[in-house]
Amino acid sequence: MSNKLKLAIAVALTLAACGQAAKPKSAASDAPPPGKGKGFNHDPFPSTYHAYPGVPTALVGATVYDGEGGRIENGTVLFADGKVTAIGGPDLAIPAGSTVIDAKGKWVTPGVIDIHSHLGDYPSPGVQALSDGNEATGPVTADVWAEHSVWPQDPGFSRALANGGVTTLQILPGSANLMGGRSVVLKNVYARTAQGMKFPGAPYGLKMACGENPKRVYGSKGRQPSTRMGNIAVDRQTWAKAAEYKRKWDKYEEKGGEQPSRDIAMDTLMGVLSGEILIQNHCYRADEMANVIDMAKEFGYHVSAFHHAVEAYKIGDLLKANGVCASVWADWYGFKMESYDGIPENLAILQKTGTCATIHSDDQNGIQRLNQEAGKALASGRRAGIDISDELAWTWLAINPAKALGIADKTGSLKAGKMADVVLWNGNPFSVYTRPEKVWIDGAMLYDAYNPKLRPVSDFELGQPGEGDVK
Amino acid sequence: MKHLLLAAAALIATPLSAETVAITGGTVAIGDGSQPIQGGTVVIANGRVVAAGAGVAVPAGARVVDATGKWVSPGIVAPISTLGIVDGYGMNETNDAQTKGSPFSAAIDVSTSINTSGQGIATERSSGTTRAFVIPAAGNTMFGGQGAVIDLGADVDPVTKPRAFQYVELGEDAGDHGGGTRPAAHVLLRAALVAAQNPAQVDWLSKDSLITKQDAQALGPVIRGTMPLLVHVERVADIRAALALKADYPAIKLVLVGATEGWRIADQIAAAKVPVIAAAITDLPERFETLAATQSNVGRLTKAGVLVAISNVDASEGPYESYLTQFAGNLVAITKIPGATGLDWGQAFATITSKPAEAIGMGGEIGSLRPGRHADVVIWDGDPLEIASAPVAIWIDGVAQPMTSRQTRLRDRYLDPTEKALPKAYEY
Repeated sequence: MSNKLKLAIAVALTLAACGQAAKPKSAASDAPPPGKGKGFNHDPFPSTYHAYPGVPTALVGATVYDGEGGRIENGTVLFADGKVTAIGGPDLAIPAGSTVIDAKGKWVTPGVIDIHSHLGDYPSPGVQALSDGNEATGPVTADVWAEHSVWPQDPGFSRALANGGVTTLQILPGSANLMGGRSVVLKNVYARTAQGMKFPGAPYGLKMACGENPKRVYGSKGRQPSTRMGNIAVDRQTWAKAAEYKRKWDKYEEKGGEQPSRDIAMDTLMGVLSGEILIQNHCYRADEMANVIDMAKEFGYHVSAFHHAVEAYKIGDLLKANGVCASVWADWYGFKMESYDGIPENLAILQKTGTCATIHSDDQNGIQRLNQEAGKALASGRRAGIDISDELAWTWLAINPAKALGIADKTGSLKAGKMADVVLWNGNPFSVYTRPEKVWIDGAMLYDAYNPKLRPVSDFELGQPGEGDVK
Repeated sequence: MKHLLLAAAALIATPLSAETVAITGGTVAIGDGSQPIQGGTVVIANGRVVAAGAGVAVPAGARVVDATGKWVSPGIVAPISTLGIVDGYGMNETNDAQTKGSPFSAAIDVSTSINTSGQGIATERSSGTTRAFVIPAAGNTMFGGQGAVIDLGADVDPVTKPRAFQYVELGEDAGDHGGGTRPAAHVLLRAALVAAQNPAQVDWLSKDSLITKQDAQALGPVIRGTMPLLVHVERVADIRAALALKADYPAIKLVLVGATEGWRIADQIAAAKVPVIAAAITDLPERFETLAATQSNVGRLTKAGVLVAISNVDASEGPYESYLTQFAGNLVAITKIPGATGLDWGQAFATITSKPAEAIGMGGEIGSLRPGRHADVVIWDGDPLEIASAPVAIWIDGVAQPMTSRQTRLRDRYLDPTEKALPKAYEY
C-alpha cells in the first residue's frame, strides 16, 4: 500500500470518529474506494519505447504538406529534440547549429500512419508457427492483446519504413472474431520487444468485425454466429454483460466494498464503455455499419473507425453525422461478396461528404505504397469531378488516421510541439516514380536511401540470402 | 444522369465493329522496350495494327482521333489472371480456378468456361488491360491445367488462344498438390511426361493410374514444344530443378513463373533462354522459398539478358490486373535508389505488354503496336505507368470499347449519397 493511501485511510477514520463512536468493521468494508478507473492497473505492459538521438534539423526548399491540409511551397521544416519546432516559408529563421538539408524539388510530409496492419502478428515468413493474428477459438476474444503476438523481428517493418515512409502503425488482431481483442499502436522502430515499439500514450483499440468472417469461421464450426443476425446477437449479449461488469466496478471504485473479480475480456469492453479504448471495427457493407452505429448507441459506446469500409461511400452522411471515420483501400473490390460494391472513388466521395476518411493497408505489401494508394484514390476522385487538393489528400495518410487512433495531439501533422515524424520524398509523393529519401521518427533519422547503414535488417534476415539488399 | 443514359443507350444500339482509325498527335509507346515517341501516329484497320510511330501517314477514310497531350499504347497484357473463371475468390460458388475432386488435372482446359459477364472483365478493361492469360490453379495434382489467352472485349467471345500453355506448381505449393513434397512432385511430373510420350499405353481405366489418358494426351504438346510449360517456382533450388527438365526434354518451352530468387542465378536462367514471368516488386521473405526477395529481381534478371514479364502473382489480396502499370512504374522508381536495379521506362512498359506475349510465343500477335498485331490500343490521359493516369479510349481487336463498368454505375449513383424523392434504386 502506498503512503498516500495509508494517509487517506487515516483521515477517513479520523472523520468517522468525529461523529460517533466508531463501530468495529470488517476489513473489506473499511477499504476506501480506489477512485474512478483505479480499481486495477490499466497499463500492465507499459511502453518502453524511447526516442533515438537526433540532431536539430532544417529541411529547406521543399514542397511541404503539413498533414492537416496545409501546403507550403519552398517551405522550411525545423525539428529538434524529437519535436517539430516550426514550419514556414523560405524566410523562417534557421536556428544556429541546425543540420540544413537542401530539399529543393523534393517533398516533405509527416510520416505515414497505417491504421490497419498485421505486421508482427501475421509476419513474414507467413508460416503456421508465426500465424498469431486470429485467436479463432471463440467469437468473442476481447481478452487477447495483439501486442502479445507481435514479433518485433518481422522484416515487414523495415519495408514499410524504407519504401512507404510509415512511422506509426496500428497492429490489429484479425477478423475471425466479433471481438478479436486489443490492438496496439507502434512506432515503426525496431526493438527487441513489442513493448519497445509501443507508441507512448496511445490508447488501445478493440478490434471488432462485422459480416462474413465471423459468420463463416463460427458457422463452419456449427456454432453461433453463423449469420449476420447471429453476429449482432452475440455482440449485444456481450455488451450487456460488459455493462453489468462496468456497473460492478464503478460501484466498487466509487463506493468501495468488496473488489469485483477480474475478467480480462470484460476489462477491455469496460474500457470501451468508459471511452478509454477505441473501437476499430472491420465492416464492409453500408447496412452493417448502420447496424453497428445503432448498437453502439444502445450500449453507449462510440465507433472510432470502420475499417475496410468498402461501402462507406454509400453512407458518408451517416458516418459524418455520427462522427465515425472510414478507413479504406484505394481500389480493392470484388474479392468477396461484401466487397463486391467496392469502387475507387470511395475515399474521394467520403472527402466530398465531409467524412473523416483514411487510407489503410491491411497488407504487408500495400503498406509499402500507401502514398501511391492515396494517389490513386485522389486521381479517381478527380476524374469523377471531385476537386481535392494534394495537400488535403495527405490528411488520409496523416491527421485523419491519427485522429481515429486517438494520437492526433502527438503525431499526424507537422505542427510545432508534435513528434518529429517526418518523411523527405525524392519527388511528388503521389507519383509512382517517387520514394522516401529520408525518414525521421521522433527526430531520429532511421532511414536514408543514401546510407546503407541506415536501413534496418531484422534479426530474422541476418545470414539469410539477400541480407542487407536494398529490397 | 442523362449522360449516363445516353452512354448506356449508345452501348446497346451501336454495333461494335473494327474500324480504320488513325490516332494522331499523342506520345506513342510501342511496348517493345523502346522509349516513347512524341507526336506519333497509330493506325489500325481490320482489327490489326497497320503502323505506329513518327511520320506515319493517315490513310484516306480513316476516322482520326486527336490524342494531342495524351499517350497511346498497346493494351496491357496480364500474364497471370483468373478473370472469367472467378467472380471473387471469397465466393467459392463462383470459383472455377481450382479443381478438387476431379479425376483430371493437366487435361483441364479453362477456355471452355470463360465468363465474360463477371464484373472483373469490364473493370479491369477500364484500367487498360486488354489481354490476360487465364490460369487454372493446381488442384488435384501440381498440374493446374491448360490456360487460355483471352481478350477483355465487351462481347461474348473472349478466347484468343485456347490451350495456350500448361501450368505446373513445383515449389512450396507443389507439396500441397503434388503428393506431399517437392521431390514427390518431381517424380509425378516425370512420370506424367513419360506417359505423355505414349498416352495410348496409359491404363486409364485403372483406378491406381497416376495419370489419366486425357492428362497424358494434354501433355503431348508440352514435350513436343508446341505448348509452353509455365512452372511456378520461387527459390534457387526449385528454379534449377525446373531448368534441368530441359536436359531430358530439350523441346520443352519452359517459362518460369514467380522466380523471386531468380536474380541469384540470373546468368543460368539467361543461358537456358528461359523467360520469366516474375512476381513484380515483392520484396518480403513471405515464404521460406522467397528469402532473397527483392524489388531488384526484375532489373537484375533483365540486365542479365533474361526475357522478363511481370505479374501480380504472389502479390497480396488486392492487386488486380490494374496494378500492373503501378508495379512497372515502381521498377522505374527504384532506379533512383542507390544499390537497387530497376528498369528504364521503355523496358518497364514492355514487362506488361510485349514481354508477357513473347514469354508464351505470342509476341507476333499481341502486346505491342508493331504492325500486324491485334489492334489492342489504349489512349491514356497521361503516362500510363503514372498513378494519376487512366485510359480515355480503348480498342480491342480494333473495336472501340465501352468505358463504363458496374463500378462507374455505382460511382454515379452515389456521388451524392443522400436519397432524394425516391430511393437510390430508382437512380440509373
